[in-house]
Amino acid sequence: MAKYPTPMLDELESGPWPSFVSDIKQEAANRKANPKNLDYQIPVDCLEDLLGQVELSYKEKETHWKHGGIVGVFGYGGGVIGRYSDQPEMFPGVAAFHTMRVAQPSGKYYDTKFLRTLCDIWDLRGSGLTNMHGSTGDIVLLGTQTPQLEEIFWQLTHEMKNDLGGSGSNLRTPAACLGMSRCEFACYNTQDMCYQLTMDYQDELHRPAFPYKFKFKFDGCPNGCVCAMARSDFAVIGTWKDDIKIDQEKVKAYVAGEIKPNAGAHAGRDWGPFNIEKEVIARCPSQCMKWDGSKLSIKTADCVRCMHCINTMPQALHIGDERGACILVGAKAPVVDGAQMGSVLIPFISCEEPYDDIKEVIEKIWDWWMEEGKNRERVGETMKRLSFQKLLEATETPAMPCQVKNPRTNPFIFFKESEVPGGWTHDLKAYRQRHQR
Amino acid sequence: MAFISTGYDPKKPMEGRISDIGPHKYDQYFPPVIAKNFGKWVYHEVLEPGVLLHVAESGDKVYTVRCGGSRTMSITHIREICDIADKYCDGYVRWTTRNNMEFMVKDEATMKALRDDLNSRKFAGGSQKFPVGGTGACICNMIHTQGWIHCHTPATDASGPVKAVMDALFDGFIHMRMPAPVRVALACCINMCGAVHCSDIGLVGIHRKPPMIDTAWVDQLCEIPLAVAACPTAAVRPTKVEFDGNKVNSVAIKEDRCMYCGNCYTMCPALPIADGESDGIAIMVGGKVSNRITWPKFSKVVVAYIPNEPPRWPTLTKTVRHIIDVYSANAEKYERLGDWAERIGWEEFFKLTGLEFTEHLIDDFRESAYYSWRQSTQFKF
Repeated sequence: MAKYPTPMLDELESGPWPSFVSDIKQEAANRKANPKNLDYQIPVDCLEDLLGQVELSYKEKETHWKHGGIVGVFGYGGGVIGRYSDQPEMFPGVAAFHTMRVAQPSGKYYDTKFLRTLCDIWDLRGSGLTNMHGSTGDIVLLGTQTPQLEEIFWQLTHEMKNDLGGSGSNLRTPAACLGMSRCEFACYNTQDMCYQLTMDYQDELHRPAFPYKFKFKFDGCPNGCVCAMARSDFAVIGTWKDDIKIDQEKVKAYVAGEIKPNAGAHAGRDWGPFNIEKEVIARCPSQCMKWDGSKLSIKTADCVRCMHCINTMPQALHIGDERGACILVGAKAPVVDGAQMGSVLIPFISCEEPYDDIKEVIEKIWDWWMEEGKNRERVGETMKRLSFQKLLEATETPAMPCQVKNPRTNPFIFFKESEVPGGWTHDLKAYRQRHQR
Repeated sequence: MAFISTGYDPKKPMEGRISDIGPHKYDQYFPPVIAKNFGKWVYHEVLEPGVLLHVAESGDKVYTVRCGGSRTMSITHIREICDIADKYCDGYVRWTTRNNMEFMVKDEATMKALRDDLNSRKFAGGSQKFPVGGTGACICNMIHTQGWIHCHTPATDASGPVKAVMDALFDGFIHMRMPAPVRVALACCINMCGAVHCSDIGLVGIHRKPPMIDTAWVDQLCEIPLAVAACPTAAVRPTKVEFDGNKVNSVAIKEDRCMYCGNCYTMCPALPIADGESDGIAIMVGGKVSNRITWPKFSKVVVAYIPNEPPRWPTLTKTVRHIIDVYSANAEKYERLGDWAERIGWEEFFKLTGLEFTEHLIDDFRESAYYSWRQSTQFKF
């Protein structure tokens, strides 16, 4: 028998999509049954209280979590988010219900030993509820009490040798696509760059020293599966410089209908026979391809590497061999100055270990942003406020046409004093000799 | 309950402390076939919805079965995932960035047994635990935020509307019938900790009333200058007001300037903004992150407000389903929702979908607004 009736939430148990309500109820029942005979360190009925509180939110259409709450583990400024119920007498099991962010392995591969150990810790010391995963990429442990925080951290670091993730005005837990581990499009080792930079910047990740949050994301190719250029202040997106490799026999096989286009991704509907002219050549954004009926040719100098032809004929076309990445800076969600997409800073950079080239750019951006950025200002907003030119200066990057959609449409140009003959000084006397007052 | 200590001594927090060790190295969790063929993959195929085949230079093949999940997940559920991974995949499993799980096996027979097993498992309430799908030109799993389960600033729930929307879009998840991938996302407030600003369909919780001013507490709980600085439209100003016979420091809010972002509440807990009757969801469409064919683009608001209708948000789910149906019936192969809308023109988008175009959909936020107005005589009647 449930502790509270939850008629509204119960309606979310039907329908085919996995029901979070059924899952929370399953865990509530598991805690009540306590098959492992644990001495639960937070209230055994916390999930029933959670369901009760959420049901109340469903009735009132308002959240019942209090604003904020500063808790954490010693020496870290992030990784734990305090959460308190605003109806603690009604729902004592969730009076305090803090979140812990746990650093995930890059690419989110696990073995069951790792997962089971984490579940055991969370079974004893937390609610048994998680997010797999939070939006930024961490494993999120949802719901524990203050005295458990250090204990959980101790177990994570001593028994699992695993750290917490980031929160607050610091480097947030970086994330990468699965990259070379299982994708033929990966132009560099996204997982390794993500891992190495996470390790190198542990201090920035755990101890807030920035004006606001800062995110790295690593996409192996311009398809952008981890959404780096929409969701990270510093996006590293794999690309290449040389020819797309073409297997002409395989192209013919696609044209002859022997291989399903787009790797079979459109197989659920009859789109008619594959038409290379219409589906590939005409859709190329830079019109750099030709098909003469037996041979596909690509003018590499005109290719903008959008991935469409490669996605459409993955057995025939392959990314080039001169690989690296493009760096885009400043993406963020709308709060507060409006949404921003990452803007191209460096069109091509080497992605070889130990990633010193990349780190040099990162550290120059951080130095500039920490000096110039206002409180709660993302680096993209600092760029808008102070200009792209200032970012170029800070990162010692030359200006290039590929950094803009178009050149400026106004003549309100800031020249440097050194660019103008004689600097800012005028000779008023000489001027007046030429021009009467 | 007896407190069980790990050995941590609060009086000596640094004793035996381990910190700054980061995550585990990624490659220790690779299934052997992944480790062996790292960086040597040649091509892939989507064999059927939810099933991928990757082929390596060595000739090795790996079959991946992808299934959807609720990102809010219990340890009982994770342990069941572990049981499945132990049974079929030598104890390995991974998650995608869109809350899907991927199980990898080396042969077709095991793939089929695994796929059928995943599809057969159900929660006591009747929903599927591990629906197989989410590949290719499908409607993929939604990314989302915490909502009423765990967040302090939401204007709507997250898990509930996501469940209701995914139920309504379920056939799109298990089939690949869309013109192109469709990415749906939900953020329970405009902070968008799950970013929805570049999604084919982005659902975002919005408030519609200026915040309350809890005058007794403003000066005690808040740094007033921070609350003032937090306002993007300069609607908040510091002031002194009479309260219980005393002059107290507080703020004043110019209501017609407020667009209810709640940023002041983030900085000042004495300015609560949630309001059950007027909060709700805006629908944004046509964003994308991929560079494929066209540039990445932001989602655009096409429905300014849908009320919160728990537990199943019927107006929201119906509207989302309708937009996707119209897109699916009219777009060309490979055309993302935003590319389709731009090709036919937004006037045609509103005509085809029957959605009402209102003044709320015209941008008036800062200088970017001007760039969304039409500076041309080219338009459709």
